Amino acid sequence: MTSASLGPSHTPALGDEGLALELRGISKAFGPVQANKDISIQVRRGTIHGIIGENGAGKSTLMSILYGFYKADAGEIYIGGRRTEIPDSQTAIASGIGMVFQHFKLVPNFTVLENVVLGAEDGAMLRPSLAKARKLLTDLAHEYEMDVDPDAVVEDLSVGLQQRVEILKALYREADILILDEPTGVLTPAEADHLFRILRGLRDQGKTIILITHKLREIMEITDSVSVMRRGEMTATVQTAKTSPEQLAELMVGRKVLLRVDKAPATPGDTVLEVRNLQVVNSQGVEKLRGIDLDLRAGEILGIAGVAGNGQSELLQVLGGYASGTGSIRIKGQEIDLTGTASDARTRRARGIAHVPEDRQREGLIMDFHAWENIAFGYHDDARYGSAFHMDNAAMREDCAGKMERFDVRPPDPSLEAKNFSGGNQQKIVLAREIERDPDLLLIGQPTRGVDIGAIEFIHQQIVALRDRGKAILLVSVELDEIMGLSDRIAVLFDGRIMGERLPSETDQGELGLLMAGMSGEAA
Amino acid sequence: MDLATIIQILDSAMRLATPLLLACLAGLFSERAGIFDIGLEGKMLAAAFLSASVAFATNSAWLGLCAGMAASLILATIHGVASITFRGNQLISGVAINFLASGLTVVIGEAWFGLGGRTPALAGPARFQEIDLPFADALQGIPVLGPIYHDLLSGHSVLVYMGLAAVPLTWWILFRTRFGLRLRAVGENPAAVDTAGVSVVGLRFAAVMICGLLCGLAGAHLATALGAGFVKEMSAGRGFIALAALIFAKWRPWYALGACLLFGLLEALGNRYQNIDIAGIDVPTQFMQALPYILTVVILAGFVGKAIPPRAGGEPYVKER
Repeated sequence: MTSASLGPSHTPALGDEGLALELRGISKAFGPVQANKDISIQVRRGTIHGIIGENGAGKSTLMSILYGFYKADAGEIYIGGRRTEIPDSQTAIASGIGMVFQHFKLVPNFTVLENVVLGAEDGAMLRPSLAKARKLLTDLAHEYEMDVDPDAVVEDLSVGLQQRVEILKALYREADILILDEPTGVLTPAEADHLFRILRGLRDQGKTIILITHKLREIMEITDSVSVMRRGEMTATVQTAKTSPEQLAELMVGRKVLLRVDKAPATPGDTVLEVRNLQVVNSQGVEKLRGIDLDLRAGEILGIAGVAGNGQSELLQVLGGYASGTGSIRIKGQEIDLTGTASDARTRRARGIAHVPEDRQREGLIMDFHAWENIAFGYHDDARYGSAFHMDNAAMREDCAGKMERFDVRPPDPSLEAKNFSGGNQQKIVLAREIERDPDLLLIGQPTRGVDIGAIEFIHQQIVALRDRGKAILLVSVELDEIMGLSDRIAVLFDGRIMGERLPSETDQGELGLLMAGMSGEAA
Repeated sequence: MDLATIIQILDSAMRLATPLLLACLAGLFSERAGIFDIGLEGKMLAAAFLSASVAFATNSAWLGLCAGMAASLILATIHGVASITFRGNQLISGVAINFLASGLTVVIGEAWFGLGGRTPALAGPARFQEIDLPFADALQGIPVLGPIYHDLLSGHSVLVYMGLAAVPLTWWILFRTRFGLRLRAVGENPAAVDTAGVSVVGLRFAAVMICGLLCGLAGAHLATALGAGFVKEMSAGRGFIALAALIFAKWRPWYALGACLLFGLLEALGNRYQNIDIAGIDVPTQFMQALPYILTVVILAGFVGKAIPPRAGGEPYVKER
C-alpha cells in the first residue's frame, strides 16, 4: 500500500514527487463510441482537483478506469510517480484510491461498522475485525470531525451521514486519493457545506481529492485546479483561481453560454392558480403535504425550492391529476375536483393545465416508443390526430417534425425511439408537447435534471418566453441556482409545509438554504 | 393424549422435519446471497434417487450419501452457471431443474432397475440406521425426562442430528465469520461487495454450492433414512414447503428450525390421525394430510406478517459504470 505523507500542511513539492496521480494518454471505446480520447491529467498531492463536464463527456468512464471497473484501451496510470496497472477494484484500493460513488455502495441493513469492514476484514472471524475497526473508526472520525455512530444501521441515517460512511470506508482502507462522483447531488446546501469542510480538512492532512461534478459553483468554491472534459476529450486544465465560471462553461460546451437567465421583470396579470389548505396523504399513510397555500398569477414564474422528498412531487401530482388530496384548488376562479373521476390528468388538461413531470423517463415519455408517438401522448383525442376510432399517424409524424424543429430536438427524426435521445433532447420533446398546447398553467418539475448546459440555456429561454406570453408557470426544482435564476417568486417547501416566500432579488442561497432545512425564515 | 403418544408424535415430527430443515437451510444460504432457488425440490429428488441407487449397488448408505450430494451439486452448478455466469432468470432455471430431476430420476431408474421408477428396497447397511445416544437405556427409567431422552432425542439416524447441528452452524457462519458478512452483503447490495474488491460471482457460487450440499443431505435422508429406497416423486413438494418455511422464518436459521418443526409436526399429525372427530364433525383423512400444504398457502399468502427478502434477491448482478 502507498504510505500517506501526512504532513501538517500541503507542501508545494516540485517535479514528479508532488504528483499523487498522473494519467497519460488514456483512451477507451465502447463499440463505436469513444468515451475517452487520449486523456492526460496531472493531480498534485494535497490538492482538490475538479473534473467538470456535461453528461456523457466521459468523466465517469475515466473514473471507472481508475477504479479498475474498466480496462483502458491505451494509456498509462502513475500513482505517486509509479506506473500502476489497475485490473480490478482490489488493486485500486491497494494502490490507495478510494471512491465515493454518486449512488452509495452501502448495504442498507448493515451497521456503519459492518459496512466499513466489509471486504477489508482482518481474518476469517468477524469479531476481532469489528473490534479493531471500531477503534480505528473512532480515531478517524475524531481526526476528521466526521462523527457517526458505528452501531447505527445505515438505512436509518440521513443521506449526508451515509455519504460520510462512504468517505470513512475509503479512509479505513488507507486511501490517499479520494474520488467523489457528483457528491452534492443529494445533499442540502448545509450538508454540502459540511462536506466541503471535511474535504478541505482531508486536503490539509495531505490527502488528494478528485471532485467530479457538473456544478460550476462547486468547482469555483472548493477546487485548487480543474480539468474540463468535452465529448471524451480533456479540453483544458486550469488553476481555479485563474478562471471564471463563464470560461469553464465555454470550455465544457464549446461555445459561449449564457449562465444567467436573461429575462425582463415579470408583469403579472390575473390570478390563475389558487391553492388553499392543500393536504395530501400518500399510500403509506404519511402526510406529504400539510396544508399548502399558494397563489400564482398569469405571466409569473413561481419557483418551489426544497430538498427532494419534502412534498414537491406530491404537489405536482395533485395539480397534474394523478394523486388525490383535500383542500381547494381554483383555476381562474373555478374550483377543480381533487378526488373522483373528474380529477384525472385528462380533465386537468382540459382545464388548461399542462404538466412536464419530474421524471421524464417514467412519467413523461414511453422510452420504447417513437418520438412521434410520444409527442401525441395525452392528446390523442385531439381532432387533428384522427377521428375517435382511427388514428392519423401521418399527421402525428408531421406535427412531431414541426415541434422538433421549433424546439431544436437533435436529431430531428420523429421515428427514433425516445430512449435514443439524450436527456436534454428527451426533455425538449416533452416541453414541445406541453408548451405548444398553449396552456394557462404549466407545471414543470426538475426541468433540467440530467440535461447538458447548452440545452439548459434553451429550456430556460422557452420557460421565460412562455411566461412573457402571459402564462402562469409553477417551477419545481432541487437546483437552487435554477430556482433563483428563473423564478419571479420563490416558495420554500419543507416537510409538506411552505416555510416562506421570498423574492429572488431580496434573498440569497444562505437564507433559502436555512428555509430548506426547516429553519424558520424569521429567525434566520 | 398420554405422554407416550405425544412423544411418539414429536419423534415422528423430528424425522419428518429433517429434510425440510436441510432444504430450508440450503435455500437460506442461496437466497441470502441473492440467488432465488425454487429448484430445491429437484435437487432433493435427484439426490434421493442417486443416493438410493448407489446405496443399493454398494450396500453402503455413506457412499449413497456421497452420490446424492454429487447429484445435487451437479444441478446446483447448472443453476449457478445459468443464473450467475449467464445472468439468466433464476426462476426459470429453478423450474427447469425441477422438471429435469423429475423426469430423469424416473427414466434412469426404469433403465437401471426396471421397477417403474423405483429403486429396490434398501436394507441393512444400505440404510442409515438409528443411533442410540449414550446412556439412553440407562436413563429410560427416569420419569418424563427418561422417555423424552430415550424415545424422542435418541434413536434417530445420523442425518437428523446433522440437520439439527446445521442450524447453529449456519447461524455461526452467517453472523460470526467474514464469509457470512460478505454473503449477506452480496444478497443485499452486490455493488457494495464489488466496489469493496470482493468477487460477487465467487461468493454467489459458494452459496449455491453450499445449497447443493445441503439439498443432497436432505434428499439422501428421504431415500436412505426416512424411507427405504427411492419412489418416484418422493420429495412430494417438500422443496416448496421448505421455501415457504424460509419465508416464514424470515431468512433466519433459528426461525427456520422452528418453522420446519411446525411443518414436520403437522405432517406427523396427519399421518397419525387419519380420521378425527371434532365436535361431531368427522374431519376427513385428506384434510389432515393436506395440513402442511394448507399452511404453506397461508404463509405464502402473507398471513404471517411482513417478511422482507434479501434486497438483491433474484436480480443478476450487472456492473454499472
